[in-house]
Amino acid sequence: MKHEIRFSGFGGQGIILAAVILGRAAAIHDGKYAVQTQVYGPEARGGASMSAVIIDDDPILYPEVTAPDIYVIMSQEGFLKYGRTAPESAVMLVDSELVQDRPACRYHEIPSTYEAKSTLKKVIVANIVMLGALVATTGVVSEAAIEKAVLDSVPKGTEDLNLRALKLGFDLGRRSMKDETA
Amino acid sequence: MQGNTACAEGALAAGCRFYGGYPITPSTEIAEHMARKMPKIGGVFAQMEDELASIASVIGASWTGARAMTATSGPGFSLMMENIGYAVMTETPCVIVDVQRGGPSTGQPTRAAQGDMMQCRFGSHGDMSIIAVSPASVQEMYELTAKAFNLADRYRVPTFVMADEIIGHMRERIAVPDSVEVVPRRPLEKGTLPFAPGEDNVPGFPAFGHGYGVHVTGLTHDDRGYPSSTDPRVHERLVRRLVGKVEGANREIADYEVTNPDAEVVFISYGAPSRSVAQAIRDLDDERVGHLRLKVVWPFPDFALAAFKNARVFLVPELNLGQMVREAARHTAVPVVPISEIGGELHTPRRLITMAEGYL
Repeated sequence: MKHEIRFSGFGGQGIILAAVILGRAAAIHDGKYAVQTQVYGPEARGGASMSAVIIDDDPILYPEVTAPDIYVIMSQEGFLKYGRTAPESAVMLVDSELVQDRPACRYHEIPSTYEAKSTLKKVIVANIVMLGALVATTGVVSEAAIEKAVLDSVPKGTEDLNLRALKLGFDLGRRSMKDETA
Repeated sequence: MQGNTACAEGALAAGCRFYGGYPITPSTEIAEHMARKMPKIGGVFAQMEDELASIASVIGASWTGARAMTATSGPGFSLMMENIGYAVMTETPCVIVDVQRGGPSTGQPTRAAQGDMMQCRFGSHGDMSIIAVSPASVQEMYELTAKAFNLADRYRVPTFVMADEIIGHMRERIAVPDSVEVVPRRPLEKGTLPFAPGEDNVPGFPAFGHGYGVHVTGLTHDDRGYPSSTDPRVHERLVRRLVGKVEGANREIADYEVTNPDAEVVFISYGAPSRSVAQAIRDLDDERVGHLRLKVVWPFPDFALAAFKNARVFLVPELNLGQMVREAARHTAVPVVPISEIGGELHTPRRLITMAEGYL
């Protein structure tokens, strides 16, 4: 099964790190193939950033994302630049506080930034909350794999905070799935 | 792991213990990784004032016997040209990584290109030959960088890792071997002149501090290393040897992969576009379409073209307006067609499939 996941948000949110962690979870801990790329440019904090991961059971030849089936959008500018054209067959996770528009495809509203601020008191882990929600809603990697990949990737001393962020994301994702079926 | 990190790791595994460089996008992660790692293993990381000094420091370090490298991109690469010729003339083993970006000039710092393929071959003045490899994956950033050190030492010639922004910045899983093959530089035998050709045209290396008094000069020199810049015979003998030691070993140095050798339409690629070709070949699933993927680009393996006996056309996708395509065309009577892509985007497999189908 091949998945192409596109992340977008603004510089400083950890959009690229989120993609790196997802790729690591797939390639190192789930034993699949993964390639992570990013739009690399002079933008710094504030500009629209984009990163992508391809996950496949087979070796990945062409490394660029051509038709994402999963979108993770964490800013309105990111939505306009990288999310608006999502096809109806795709699924999108939007940060419900920071993205005003909604796509034509299936989507989950995840208050990742709001919850990171209010529950965890650290807005910086909003990307990890989003990763948790991504895994809970799409199963694109296993929960065990993403947990290990988060621990591999975050600075020493922040493991507990990041794990709590991830689990909060799992819960938000599951809740959104339940709302969808209800 | 990121491609640039894999490049640095491959170099360290091959025993590189000197890095002299000046950071430049999109190669900077190589310098950053070396700066972190070198001090911990007793190596030297030197941030130089510019690229002229960077390559000069690498040449100096190599003469102490160390495996030495630098990494750069287009604008820095241009600045290195003069001393690259000096390294060729003085037969100094060294590894130069060029993570290519869009040019000319400062061009597109953050986008991929393959515009320096002729520059690495002919950028410095005078007749010369060099060796260049071109990785197409993060794994090959590791492996081919390590291999570049062996080639540089074996032939005493600057060896280039001609990467690009796509391969340098993408992340993939790699398998890091327990150890890499290290073929050390052959030392100069006692009683032998330092620049005498020997059997294979590659003199043994008299590293500084090992008891040899050697004169190292960019001037045309005799077997002793003494300048002899007016005698036509000395110059011809030296320069023919410097070129011949590389060109004459083409089959030994060559490293490439062949898919569908009986094909009629054959792609020739190196570096990132190889990924687009591989995808196109998989999607086409047609034995009439083949692929020659070069891991060693210079010396160009001309004989590999002749092995495609049924070829009616060679298609050469490159991230430039046509460089290696000219080299390929020189070596075959079969039509050779460029497929150019500039601006930073990789060829889509779709485009390559359409091209190939047009010739079937």
